[in-house]
Amino acid sequence: MITRTVFALIIINKAGGLIYNRTFHEGGLNKISTNDYLVLAGTFHGVHAITARLNPLKFPATNRSSTSSTGPLTRPELPSGLEVLESENFRMQCFTTLTGIKFLLFTDTTQANVDLTMRRVYDMYTDYVMKNPFYQLEMPVRCDMFDRKLGSYIREINNR
Amino acid sequence: MAHLGPSKAASSKEQAGLRYPSNGKTIYHRPLNRSKTAELSQASFAYLFSEMVSYAQRRVTGIQELEKRLNLQGHPIGLKLLDLLLIREPPRSQTRPLTIIALLHFIKINLWTHLFGRQADRLEKSSNPDTPDEYMIIDNEPLVNAYISVPREMSQLNCAAFVAGIVEGVCDGAMFPARVTAHTVGGKEEGEMWPGKTVFLVKFQSEVLEREALIGKG
Repeated sequence: MITRTVFALIIINKAGGLIYNRTFHEGGLNKISTNDYLVLAGTFHGVHAITARLNPLKFPATNRSSTSSTGPLTRPELPSGLEVLESENFRMQCFTTLTGIKFLLFTDTTQANVDLTMRRVYDMYTDYVMKNPFYQLEMPVRCDMFDRKLGSYIREINNR
Repeated sequence: MAHLGPSKAASSKEQAGLRYPSNGKTIYHRPLNRSKTAELSQASFAYLFSEMVSYAQRRVTGIQELEKRLNLQGHPIGLKLLDLLLIREPPRSQTRPLTIIALLHFIKINLWTHLFGRQADRLEKSSNPDTPDEYMIIDNEPLVNAYISVPREMSQLNCAAFVAGIVEGVCDGAMFPARVTAHTVGGKEEGEMWPGKTVFLVKFQSEVLEREALIGKG
């Protein structure tokens, strides 16, 4: 019925706590209680940690021989862990920042350019949350400006 | 004294000791930032300002005290900017503003353009007959508040108190002693065009208005 929609966004801090949870489209996903969202965040955090350990380390000497000669990069790339989870009705994409914050974006299965959307969401997070003097690290995100900008950006995508 | 400024500066050129470049341009005429557009990174400023607010916040008990501290951080900047901006004016308009309207125009145009790259959005005089000493400078989205969301329990606070301090410094330096405060007027209803709209309320002291009335008569 409805295609190309961003359903919801969840942000998980580095300890696995839920710090932001917002639904953009009514009727896309079933409603679950706040407690269930907390469980979802914690569970996903655990699964992500385990899958990251499954992933073998890539060493620059073997895998990135000539292409990475631009900089003195010697540290192996961190294993990324679970990135995409798909069901019949939705697709969940996870993006982990270098500091360990996880953004989970729930979209329709046919949604295109989720990477780009994720990137913009991350940009907004760095602007309107990290540059806000009243935000405390690792605590729930309560920033009007972030809510407003995120809301209008996602609305633009969903109405396209 | 500021009103002796321009003539003094001109005559000191002949005095020995200080050397002036032949085109008359001193270090004060050019910005330190020599890039083409003289722009600064807004992100670096946002982080710096964010830290200034947290720094002020750690040492206060109430919102008023916090605004007072931000105001005090801005005040010396205003005092110095008045001198700097005047010296950069062409010699014939190098006098400090002498009337309230001239001063407010100087703030709205010169000061705002220097600090934020655009003019302030509006100037208004209080329509209330009981407060003829109050003027308002209106900025639809203050640059300092670009990334700041004030929590609900502190809704009285507007971090543009720092800019209010700069404006107060300019007024004080120009011999128009005033109290300047920043107030949020936007954001009350959903879907508003300027949710961060801020009014800088300039309340001049009584002697300023007295003098203004005398000048008007003469």
